Amino acid sequence: MFDLLGVPPQVLFGQLLLGLINGSFYALLSLGLAVIFGMLNVINFAHGALYMIGAFVAWLLLTKLGLGYWWALGLSPLIVGLLGVVLEKTMLSRLYKLDHLYGLLLTFGLALIMEGAFRHFYGVSGQPYPIPDALKGGQNLGFMFLPNYRGWVVVASLVVCFGTWFAIERTRLGAYLRAATENPVLVQAFGINVPVMITATYGFGVALAGLAGVLAAPIYQVSPLMGSNLIIVVFAVVVIGGMGSILGAIVTGLGLGLLEGLTKVFYPEASNIVVFVVMAIVLLIKPAGLFGRER
Amino acid sequence: MPDGATVKTAMLEIRDLQAFYGESHVLHGVNIDVRQGEVVTLLGRNGAGKTTTMRSIMGIVGKRNGSIRFQGKELIGMAQHKIPRLGIGYVPEERGIFSSLSVDENLMLPPVVKSGGMTVPQIYELFPNLQGRGTTQGTRLSGGEQQMLAIARILRTGADLILLDEPTEGLAPVIIEQIGVAVRKLKQRGFTIVLVEQNFRFAATIADRHYVMEEGHVVDMIPNDQLAQNMDKLHTYLGV
Repeated sequence: MFDLLGVPPQVLFGQLLLGLINGSFYALLSLGLAVIFGMLNVINFAHGALYMIGAFVAWLLLTKLGLGYWWALGLSPLIVGLLGVVLEKTMLSRLYKLDHLYGLLLTFGLALIMEGAFRHFYGVSGQPYPIPDALKGGQNLGFMFLPNYRGWVVVASLVVCFGTWFAIERTRLGAYLRAATENPVLVQAFGINVPVMITATYGFGVALAGLAGVLAAPIYQVSPLMGSNLIIVVFAVVVIGGMGSILGAIVTGLGLGLLEGLTKVFYPEASNIVVFVVMAIVLLIKPAGLFGRER
Repeated sequence: MPDGATVKTAMLEIRDLQAFYGESHVLHGVNIDVRQGEVVTLLGRNGAGKTTTMRSIMGIVGKRNGSIRFQGKELIGMAQHKIPRLGIGYVPEERGIFSSLSVDENLMLPPVVKSGGMTVPQIYELFPNLQGRGTTQGTRLSGGEQQMLAIARILRTGADLILLDEPTEGLAPVIIEQIGVAVRKLKQRGFTIVLVEQNFRFAATIADRHYVMEEGHVVDMIPNDQLAQNMDKLHTYLGV
């Protein structure tokens, strides 16, 4: 077999695939954060915890009710989304008139409470979640072996990300959303119920985190800490992509996942910090982010 | 056309309107009547409360009390997003064209609230400058075109009362002329229009009556046909 830049192709493509998987989760999670930030101006620190709850709901559905993966794929985002609606209605909505920092503090506190509660009941060791039968096995692509489930995660995440992008950038509902992000008072003065839109946006954004949690359950274990392990990188992705930019979140998420994978091949020592190095450089050169607009 | 203003029904009745932004009390008992089909202007210096009066009608001030009745329905206490749905269209002073939306998206944004709104071809006939600009980013239009777009998007909704806040501000005379022609055509179509204006020469060419505001109240009402006799008074009010 030939070598690429002195690296066996199996290693290179294996790491790239791993990068693409991580990138899919970065993209899904940072997309939700971007949608929420755009509309609510809140940095949703509870995002990682809600991703974790998405995975736990899938696990609980399976172990308590015997409902499998495909049920979880529908039900878990719905349940997490409804939880988001309740949080927004009862708590977050009271903070919009205050500094953005209060929203950040509230969601950070909520994240600690949610993670603490799950740690209390389920410990930190992690629960296994089986890959659904239909997605077991893999394909030999010649240059590498692709497990079916991982291929599915990448495709599902891409479809959801670009579906969301299309809905926001190309539909009438998306036009309301973009307009309300820019000037909520005027959109309200056209007869659109903006507070309801804000609640729905938060619910949708966290439902994406719940979906990511279900997709992640068979790959990573279902553990109370799975969210906080991931969320710091996701925040870096959002900053690099540009706060509130939908396309920025998707492209940056996937791109940085791949970059991390490549770094693991060529200079493994740097793989944990490469995202933050990129963030520092982007902030120096283009403070609004790669896809962000200066406000 | 005979001046039938007195026999026409009152469309908008504002009584003892008080409005506040935070601690500051901005309107101190405003009384205004607008009849169906009229064009009424609010004149006055900066800070007299004209824009606040409009924002109070739309329910987008901090706090308001008194009474604002539109076609007999009380607007004070009504949920903000329900007010435009009664048939009131608002064109804000800053025009409010959305930069993240194309011209078409801006035009189609406000939901239709009543039947009988103008169709898009009719709107293009009124504002030919907007035709063929659909995919342009909204804020890339010139100031005058943005003003036309801000008016145009309200005409689609079927609103029969239109609040126009300083439509001529910062525009070149030739564009002001075009806006004036459009507003007169809207009047002929039966729209009721409340207009805030600093440029009272412009106002005089289209309005039926003028309310003069000072320090948060209405201090005078001058019918347009008596404008000539009241010029001195008006100059004192406006300080021009």
